[in-house]
Amino acid sequence: MSAEPNPAAEPQGPDRLVADRVSFGYPGYPVGTDLSLVVPAGSFTAIVGPNACGKSTLLRVLSRLLPASSGRVVLDGRAIADYPSLQVARRLGLLPQASIAPEGITVTDLVGRGRFPYQSALRQWSREDERAVDEAMRTTGIGALADRLVDELSGGQRQRVWVAMVLAQQTPLMLLDEPTTFLDIAHQLEVLELLATLNRTGGRTVVAVLHDLNQAARYASRVVAMREGAIVVTGTPQEVFTEALVERIFDLPCRVIDDPVTGTPLIVPDLNRVRGR
Amino acid sequence: MTALAARALNGAQTWRVGPISVRFRTRNALVGVGLVIVMVLTAVIVLGLGSFQVSVPDVVRALFGDGPQAVRTVVLKWRLSRVVLAVLIGLALGASGAIFQSLTRNPLGSPDIVGFSTGAYTGAIVAIILIDTGQPAVVSGALVGGLLTAFAVYLLAYRRGVQGFRLIVVGIAVTAMLGSATTYLLLHTELWRAQLAAIWGAGSINGMDWDEVRPIAVMVAVALPVVLVLGRRLATLELGDDAAAGLGVQVEAVRLCLVLFGVALVAVPSALTGPIQFVALAAPHIARALTRGTGALVLPSALVGATVMLVCDAFAQHLFAPMILPVGLVTIVLGGAYLTWLIARQARQELR
Repeated sequence: MSAEPNPAAEPQGPDRLVADRVSFGYPGYPVGTDLSLVVPAGSFTAIVGPNACGKSTLLRVLSRLLPASSGRVVLDGRAIADYPSLQVARRLGLLPQASIAPEGITVTDLVGRGRFPYQSALRQWSREDERAVDEAMRTTGIGALADRLVDELSGGQRQRVWVAMVLAQQTPLMLLDEPTTFLDIAHQLEVLELLATLNRTGGRTVVAVLHDLNQAARYASRVVAMREGAIVVTGTPQEVFTEALVERIFDLPCRVIDDPVTGTPLIVPDLNRVRGR
Repeated sequence: MTALAARALNGAQTWRVGPISVRFRTRNALVGVGLVIVMVLTAVIVLGLGSFQVSVPDVVRALFGDGPQAVRTVVLKWRLSRVVLAVLIGLALGASGAIFQSLTRNPLGSPDIVGFSTGAYTGAIVAIILIDTGQPAVVSGALVGGLLTAFAVYLLAYRRGVQGFRLIVVGIAVTAMLGSATTYLLLHTELWRAQLAAIWGAGSINGMDWDEVRPIAVMVAVALPVVLVLGRRLATLELGDDAAAGLGVQVEAVRLCLVLFGVALVAVPSALTGPIQFVALAAPHIARALTRGTGALVLPSALVGATVMLVCDAFAQHLFAPMILPVGLVTIVLGGAYLTWLIARQARQELR
């Protein structure tokens, strides 16, 4: 048993992460104003919206990579800005869009980097670290790749390694910025299935920026739709993905039907209506 | 080598005692031990060489405080200081090179390339020409010049945090500007001052003794442990700023701290000896080739740097004896050849 407190076991409110009227951006370039958002424990939240609507920046604010210029982000009942940085890293795991695998690093080594928040000069590799890495590699199905170089892997394998690194961090909350980018359709679904499993059977709260609306509809329990730095609507996929709302968010005339496989909303662009306009 | 042996060599050892655990790669440990052995052997040979030849057994005896007084004076008082100085400077330059190459994520991101050494040189020349030719003035000039250049390069490269590539480009630009400024200064001063500046600029540890060892020893004793402790964070920074921040590294604070210590590790030796080029650049590459490891490799690079300095200084002292070359000349010739080879090899790899 680890000496570290396990945040997942602590009694706390039902909301893992709350954004309370946050505004954010870069000097002289505001991105979002007055956004509020609740991520309930155990949910799978997808953030969707057109390019440059501020989805990724919002994720940076939620993970404390970018401080909010006003308002506050609350993690497990306490302002995220008040945590020591290693404590945040034990509660919230982040998979950024652009991560770099150092040249010549093996899969096991890279996954092991996820243990950084638990290590120190005198605690370089505890049994707990070993267990967490083993488990993360087993869950993501990359055990057979353990000694391979990350450079040699396919895109889908590499993404699973990065997810495993975040898993090894053993945080009850995971934030992922476009985890399916650059993957073919089969690998996209593979990563999403993995996240869904972690969410459903692992009890982890997942927040992911996703591009594909139908994938968001299929996998997320909650959808946050953004446009031009504001949250337009938040709700279940059925509530968010209506013909009227999708057209309002993406300027995309469409029809919404039931996905024949899952019964979730399926968005079908209807470009004839664009030409007709 | 069998696959099993290769695996054992590249594998990691973990030592655990209660809550304390230490982990290291077998290969890195062997490389470290090997480098120390090479250094000891080189040192024992170098300590015996010179106009007063001492046999190896006599050198060893003198090191343990035994043997004739004359031999002890030559070995301990005259020659050992130079060996210790070379080792300390090499440790500092190698560690600094590892830090900057890791921070910039670029094999060319060494302190020589990004302008700190040139800044120290310019500072020293300004001191020699405008203030005084004594050692205190030259040393302070070099220190101020190196630190100011480092600060300027850092500020000019800063835009929402410092990124490696911009740091290198800004460093090269500043280096070029400082180069023309020093040329101008040298052309407009008396000949003897220009000669002094040129001698200092060659980077030499000729004629230095225990008085010069002390400041460098203090600096290495303070900076090296700090940098080694920060090594885990440095390795995490290599995953990218966002990933490192997600793992709980305070990215900008850690980077600033590493830049400061990295600069100190270059600035103090070059203030005393003049710029000794290419050790900081080459040492991390050699360390990586020997260990085949990843990460910042600060300690292996420092040990390689010390070995390279010791060997280069042995050549500088004895290759054309009785003429003594500045060690900076030897490191430039060897390092320049190495750099050319490195760039040619990289270009070939990218063309493939």
